Amino acid sequence: MTAPRTRAPLGVPTSLTQGSGTRGGIGESTLRPDGVLKVEGEFAYASDLWHEDMLWGHTLRSTEAHAEIRSIDTAEALATPGVYAVLTYDDLPSPVKNYGLEFQDTPVLAHGKVRHHGEPVALVAADHPETARRAAAKIRVDYAALPLVTDEATATAGDAPLLHADRTDHHSGHVPHPNVVHRQPVVRGDAAKAAARADVTVTGDYVFGMQDQAFLGPESGLAVPAEDGGVELYVATQWLHSDLWQIAPVLGLPEDKVRMTLSGVGGAFGGREDLSMQIHACLLALRTGKPVKIVYNRFESFFGHVHRHPARLHYEHGATRDGKLTHLKCRIVLDGGAYASSTPAVVGNAASLAAGPYVVEDVDIEAVGLYTNNPPCGAMRGFGAVQACFAYEAQMDKVAAALGMDPVEFRRINAMEQGSRLPTGQVVDSPAPVAELLRRVRARPLPPERQWLTAGEAPDVRALPGGLSNTTHGEGVVRGIGYAVGIKNVGFSEGFDDYSTARVRLEALNGVPVAVVHTAMAEVGQGGVTVHAQIARTELGVAQVTIHPADTRVGSAGGTSASRQTYVTGGAVKHTCENVRAKVLEIGRRKFGTYHPAWATAELLLEDGKVVTDGGEVLADLADVLGDEAVDLELEWRHRPTEAFDLRTGQGNGHVQYSFAAHRAVVEVDTELGLVKVVELAVAQDVGKALNPLSVVGQIQGGTTQGLGVAVMEEIIVDPATAKVRNPSFTDYLIPTILDTPAIPVDVLELADQHAPYGLRGVGEAPTLSATPAVLAAIRDATGLALNRTPVRPEHLTGTGTGSGQGTGTGTGTGSGQGTGTGT
Amino acid sequence: MDFLRPASWEEALAAKAAHPAAVPLAGGTDVMVEINFDHRRPEHLLDLGRLGELRDWTVGERTVRLGACVPYAHIMEHLRGPLPGLALAAHTVASPQIRNRGGVGGNLGTASPAGDAHPALLAAGARVEAESVRGSRLIPIDAFYTGVKRNALAPDELIRAVHIEKAGGPQQFSKVGTRNAMVIAVCAFALALHPRSRTVRTGIGSAAPTPVRARDAEAFLTAALDEGGFWENGATLAPSLVKEFATLASAACAPIDDVRGTAAYRRHAVGVMARRQLGWVWDQYRGARRLEGAA
Amino acid sequence: MRVDLTVNGRRQYADDVWEGESLLYVLRERMGLPGSKNACEQGECGSCTVRLDGVPVCACLVAAGQAEGREVVTVEGLAQQARDRAGRDAGADDEAAALSPVQRAFVDAGAVQCGFCTPGLLVATDEMLERNPSPSDADIREALSGNLCRCTGYEKILDAVRLAAARRDEGATP
Repeated sequence: MTAPRTRAPLGVPTSLTQGSGTRGGIGESTLRPDGVLKVEGEFAYASDLWHEDMLWGHTLRSTEAHAEIRSIDTAEALATPGVYAVLTYDDLPSPVKNYGLEFQDTPVLAHGKVRHHGEPVALVAADHPETARRAAAKIRVDYAALPLVTDEATATAGDAPLLHADRTDHHSGHVPHPNVVHRQPVVRGDAAKAAARADVTVTGDYVFGMQDQAFLGPESGLAVPAEDGGVELYVATQWLHSDLWQIAPVLGLPEDKVRMTLSGVGGAFGGREDLSMQIHACLLALRTGKPVKIVYNRFESFFGHVHRHPARLHYEHGATRDGKLTHLKCRIVLDGGAYASSTPAVVGNAASLAAGPYVVEDVDIEAVGLYTNNPPCGAMRGFGAVQACFAYEAQMDKVAAALGMDPVEFRRINAMEQGSRLPTGQVVDSPAPVAELLRRVRARPLPPERQWLTAGEAPDVRALPGGLSNTTHGEGVVRGIGYAVGIKNVGFSEGFDDYSTARVRLEALNGVPVAVVHTAMAEVGQGGVTVHAQIARTELGVAQVTIHPADTRVGSAGGTSASRQTYVTGGAVKHTCENVRAKVLEIGRRKFGTYHPAWATAELLLEDGKVVTDGGEVLADLADVLGDEAVDLELEWRHRPTEAFDLRTGQGNGHVQYSFAAHRAVVEVDTELGLVKVVELAVAQDVGKALNPLSVVGQIQGGTTQGLGVAVMEEIIVDPATAKVRNPSFTDYLIPTILDTPAIPVDVLELADQHAPYGLRGVGEAPTLSATPAVLAAIRDATGLALNRTPVRPEHLTGTGTGSGQGTGTGTGTGSGQGTGTGT
Repeated sequence: MDFLRPASWEEALAAKAAHPAAVPLAGGTDVMVEINFDHRRPEHLLDLGRLGELRDWTVGERTVRLGACVPYAHIMEHLRGPLPGLALAAHTVASPQIRNRGGVGGNLGTASPAGDAHPALLAAGARVEAESVRGSRLIPIDAFYTGVKRNALAPDELIRAVHIEKAGGPQQFSKVGTRNAMVIAVCAFALALHPRSRTVRTGIGSAAPTPVRARDAEAFLTAALDEGGFWENGATLAPSLVKEFATLASAACAPIDDVRGTAAYRRHAVGVMARRQLGWVWDQYRGARRLEGAA
Repeated sequence: MRVDLTVNGRRQYADDVWEGESLLYVLRERMGLPGSKNACEQGECGSCTVRLDGVPVCACLVAAGQAEGREVVTVEGLAQQARDRAGRDAGADDEAAALSPVQRAFVDAGAVQCGFCTPGLLVATDEMLERNPSPSDADIREALSGNLCRCTGYEKILDAVRLAAARRDEGATP
């Protein structure tokens, strides 16, 4: 580590050392190296940072969704005692004033206009958060409202106001309208002709609401100005280098003067891929010459990060009488909001995976992502694939019903397998156990009925829909069962150079071999640090592994996203360890080769701190081989290259790997009140190889629960008349409590993908895909309602919706009719 | 901002008289959220936390005098017998942590139509003991809620206690939320049978600008029970009677569409809750009569 | 204003406290105890759960001035509290005493992912097991229904609480 240039702040991450002689290699459920710190309350999250003499940063955000800024008056704010700086667009130090993940379309601070509710307009640094808030309230911004663009019709109208006139991004040349961020067709075979063969044709229009990542640790970080004119930034993010590449140009600094260290991250789920407070804190720190901390509260957090794209999806499937799909026509419209974020990638995922894990030869697919004045949307767990899965799984049930066929059997008949071809023409070249996953969840025994009945006379309301609210004692409650399965691509697709970097140092300290693993991987809770230590133990045969804090002093690890980190950074750690091992063996041959012929002839391994032959013969202690030498390598590793999708046909080998999960949902619905209790959400998933089974199961259960949330409660509600967010709080944006979350039995398959390190498969996202449609299918089964939107709300189940402006501008529920419950 | 920490009730009243705009602070459930989220900057916070008497209750012959700051957790635990409806409502308040701090005085002071205690108080029958340096008065609960988040307190008054009728018969409370715990009411309903007076009372939450009673439903059911001799014979209630009660309860709502639910849903749900609760309380009443008969 | 209170058995005070500050802010920013977490600041997540005179509360909803003279236990005090209960020497540095049984169970059961909800859950769990040493699953769910977790889907948290209760039954405090 380089010496700090300023006095170190509190809460700077320290190395995590783990290992006490246990093997602790891959395949074992070793415990998290940061677990003890986390239960002690000593693990420093980004919001826990503290520095002597630090200031608090605060962001003034727009109260309008689309408006011209006529003037900003900061004088009174600046004059407030305790205020050190007030910054607006005019104070930006560099000619580069925008940033963005794919397009540089996002202003650091609003310039001349605001494009969405809650856009950053000005910054304040003060000696206390309350001083900063009061000063921000004194900044006078004169807005003149502009016409709103809130959906596809208003966005693509001939006279639509352009969110970004003068686009120069790489998609601007091919889109049908400047308010379309990206359009990706996928055309294969002849869907129109194939439709003629169909015995049944089923269409559906589906709506997916805007979901929030709702990570618990709010956006936060600390920027400390350095003596060399640079800045040290401690922050919670998903990808340090991506941040760095966006931050440095805006600060007008070379990248080596922006030194980033990952602080403790309180969950991410896609919501930290985009920048939030990073640049703002640096600007204030550089302006004031003092450390500046910014911590969003929950209200601001809802404006501080992108959300899951709400979507409208139109699907048409045909099938023959014997249950074979004939064709798919579909159109997916994703609302990207005011700035592009990762909308192009979301469009690519939705288009290429629109058919789901099914074989359909003739497809005509189109996905578009829009610019609107709604909140910006981008990455969230399963992005693009989640929205499509909701629609195609509803379609599978509808087609099966039209054929009079069992929905699981219908899926089995059409299930993709290894060797199948995606609509993009890409062959699935690793196991695709779609039918087997469904078979497994179906084979599980069902949870007992009427679990609310107790020995006493009173029912246990905790086991009923409505829970503690005492809304039913069993009246109106009907059980339903639903199934769903999904496919998610793993890793960055479409020709992106998806690589990671690992530095591994092996040396003997006091006669004990110790490995240090240093990557820039963002540990956001997923357990990457656990797995890296396991990989090092397996590859280097050492017990003790130290995980160095993640920072930008080592090469990029890519993002903790797209289910890719164990695959790609895990792959980089494995690759570097292998090279370290080769060097160690070279040293061994040099030092001891003459003592034993096996040094030259045998396959040599490192195990339990020793050099051993593949026959198990011990040749030397690793500590003796190393002596005073340290082997220290930093290497990059990348997965097989992918290709861009053809812009007209969508053909191309765009993905590197897939992840499959299937769910069976058992729900009990109070059909009269429209309240849902999910009783069980069983899941089966192929993980290729579980490097840490405990963590894998935890990922699957957590992902499942986020899918459950968006099935029955989670939605950011945007007023279509104003494009303003109506529920930016945990009072009105609800995520599941422990009383909403059922038993989640997990069945883990391990069918190796021979192309991946250890045969592993990315795990994190797939369970989020299929959980939502499985719950919806179960509710449909219980109620007999069509239910084509998620989340489903009580009014959708009771025929009491209105055209009252509910929903995200993506439509109100169209579930109609009274439930078919036979309550007493 | 000033933080006033009266050590006695008299000091609290004096402080409120001196600073009528001071915001009383007890469990913090409403006030602290408003401060944390920068929605409110009162000049004075009046902390009632040091007044132990506000956390006491006494069970009298006809009423329970419930200190304004008795936490919901205590109501659930200790007052289930005399105040069954309020105890059920207390159990639906927010989270265990909040129930350990929040009390009925806070619900009344905020007077949000979504406050969980209100329907139970309306159904049970209660009077709010309000006091100022000018004196003390008992405000009937029916006269307490005067508008959206407005109540009958004078600026210099504080809520000292609530006098709630002890249950003479079964009481129920239900609330609809879109989550199985820790949820603000989409709407709520409470029903209390008062066998001594041969009356019934109700309370509706989150389905009108203020908490309200379904007076037509009460009048209908009171009359129907009387005319049919139901109090004496304990006979099964005809489905048509139950249905009419539910319809009238539903009609008592004057809800709006908001982010938590639609007006149509609220009307519908109140009707369903009214129907179910009438079934539950009547079963309880008949069960109790049978037990008495057997004794 | 000045606020005096006892935190994890130690008398502490803070000066220049703004009257609108919460107990959570004072603990985190003025007393060097950031273990209690600031996830929602509206009493809807439980991440800031501490014990105030023994009772679990959301520290974000307690005004700093309301904590004057009171006793607070935070996640940072759980291990010491467990040692006190078990009658062990304070400061014993054997591994068994470094964590409370509930903390140990959360690590062992895989109940910690990002860990932001963990401090609040630990305080709430510890208090529940004090009242109800052998909780049913429904009891656990009810007692922890004020603590949101976004990572785990709660299954491993249930495992951890069951594990802590079972170990207590065995009389073992690993």
